[in-house]
Amino acid sequence: MKTFAELGFPGRLVAVEGIDGSGKSTQIYLLKRWLEVQGLRVFFSEWNSSELVKSATSKGKKTNLLTPTTFSLIHATDFADRYERHLVPLLRAGYIVLCDRYVFTAFARDTVRGCPPEWVRGLYGFAALPDLTFFFKARLEVSLQRILEGRPQLKYFEAGMDLRLSTDPYESFRIFQGRLLEQYLAMSTEFHFHVIDANQPVEAQQSVVRQLVAANIELANYASSKG
Amino acid sequence: MATRKSNSATEAVASTPHRLPVAGKVLVPRPTAKRFYGHGIPGVDVSKLTGKLIVVEGADGSGRSTQIARLVSWLEGRGHATVQVGLKRSTLVSEELSQAQLGNILSRTTLSLFYATDFADQLENIMLPALKAGFMVLADRYIYTIMARDLVRGMDEEWLKNLYGIAVVPDAVFYLQVSPEELIQRNFAKKHALDFWESGMDLGLSRDMFDSFIKYQGLMVEKYQRLQKIYGFTIVDGNRPMDVISRELQHKIESMLAGRQ
Repeated sequence: MKTFAELGFPGRLVAVEGIDGSGKSTQIYLLKRWLEVQGLRVFFSEWNSSELVKSATSKGKKTNLLTPTTFSLIHATDFADRYERHLVPLLRAGYIVLCDRYVFTAFARDTVRGCPPEWVRGLYGFAALPDLTFFFKARLEVSLQRILEGRPQLKYFEAGMDLRLSTDPYESFRIFQGRLLEQYLAMSTEFHFHVIDANQPVEAQQSVVRQLVAANIELANYASSKG
Repeated sequence: MATRKSNSATEAVASTPHRLPVAGKVLVPRPTAKRFYGHGIPGVDVSKLTGKLIVVEGADGSGRSTQIARLVSWLEGRGHATVQVGLKRSTLVSEELSQAQLGNILSRTTLSLFYATDFADQLENIMLPALKAGFMVLADRYIYTIMARDLVRGMDEEWLKNLYGIAVVPDAVFYLQVSPEELIQRNFAKKHALDFWESGMDLGLSRDMFDSFIKYQGLMVEKYQRLQKIYGFTIVDGNRPMDVISRELQHKIESMLAGRQ
C-alpha cells in the first residue's frame, strides 16, 4: 500500500484514528478550522456517511441482521462509495482531505469481531494510505469515562454486543473498546501512526497536530484560487 | 474406467424419474468434505455442511432459470429437500442494490462490494443453514457471474479472489454457454428488449445497445473462460434443446450424489 503522495496525487489525506472518547473528532474539527481560516482547499469526510449505503446499514443494525462478515462488507461498501465519489476526485483536484476514521477503524473492528485480518486488509486493498495518520492514545479508563459519564443509550453494535462479551452493554463496551485499543496499538508502527497523547489538554494536542501537518504538508500549495 | 462409465450409465437409465428402481426408495447422497475458497466465514465448521450446493451460471436468456426450475422439481421428486438462492435476493441490501442500479450512480468498487454484501448475507442466512440441514441448495448464479462482471469492469482479480474467499466451494457448477447472437434472439423472443446492465451499457462500449450487448456478452464469455480455468466448473453447451440439457445436468448430478464425481 502506498500513500496518496507516493501515488502522485496532488492532494493530501490526513486521517485521525482512536477509540470512542479519545477526542479525535474534536481535534480534526480544530484542524479543519485552522486550515479553512488560512483559506486552503479542505474537505472533511466522516466514517459511515455515504447516503446510499446508509439505508442498508441502518436496516442491518436496527434488526441485528449483521454478522461479522456482512458488518465488514457493508462498511467497506460505504467506504468505497465515499472513496470513489468524494475522496479520490478531491485528491485529484488538489484538496487536503480530512478523514474522521479511515481503513484502520475497519481493520481494528473487524479483526476484533473475528474476521481474518488478511481478508479485511485485502478488502480495502483498493484504498491508498493516508499521508498523515494521527492516533489519539488515551488511557482506556479516561475514554470510557468520557463516553459513559452520561449513561448514554449504547447502540448494540457500538457496544460490541454482537460479540457476546457480556450481557451488560456497559461492560461489553468496556471490553470491546479495550480490544480495539490493543488492535490500534498493534498497527501503530506498521502504518506509521503519529501517536498523540490524548490525556493532554485539547490545546496541547492541537498544537502538536498543527505542527506535524505544517511540517509534512506544503500548505502554501493548497491555497484556494479565490484567494 | 470403461466399466465404471458403463455402470454409471446403466444406473442413470434405471433411475430416471419414470422408473424408480424400488418404489419409494430415496437415495441418500454420499457425504463429501466441504471447504471454503479462502478464509471462509468465521466460526463455521465445514464438516457439518452435509447438504449439496449446485450452481447454474449463464447469461440472461441462457436457459438458467428454466433448468433450475426443472432441477428443483426433479430433485424433490426424488426425495431431496431444496432451497433456491440467486443474486440480489438478500433481505439486507437487495432493495438498495436495485435502487442504486436504477440511478447508475455507484462506482465499480462500491457496486462490487454491494454485491458481495448481498452474497454474504444469503450465504450466511440461507445457504449455510440449509447446507447444515442437509438440503440441496440450488444457486441461480454464484460468485462467478459477479466476478466476471467485475473483471470486465477492470477490477483486480486477486482482490476479487480474496473477497470471495468467503464462498463455499460448490459440489457442482454448470455454466450454460450460449453464443451472444443466440442470446439476443432469446432475449427478444421473451421481452422484445435488452437489459441495460446485461448489455453492459455502463461501460460505454457502444452507444448502440445492440452493439454494446454483443460486445459485452463477448467480454463476459472471455472472463467466464478465464474463471473456468481457475475454478474448474463444467461448461454446458446451452445452444441445444432444453430437454437435452436437462438430461445432461441430471446425469451429472446423479453421479455427484452417488459420490462418483
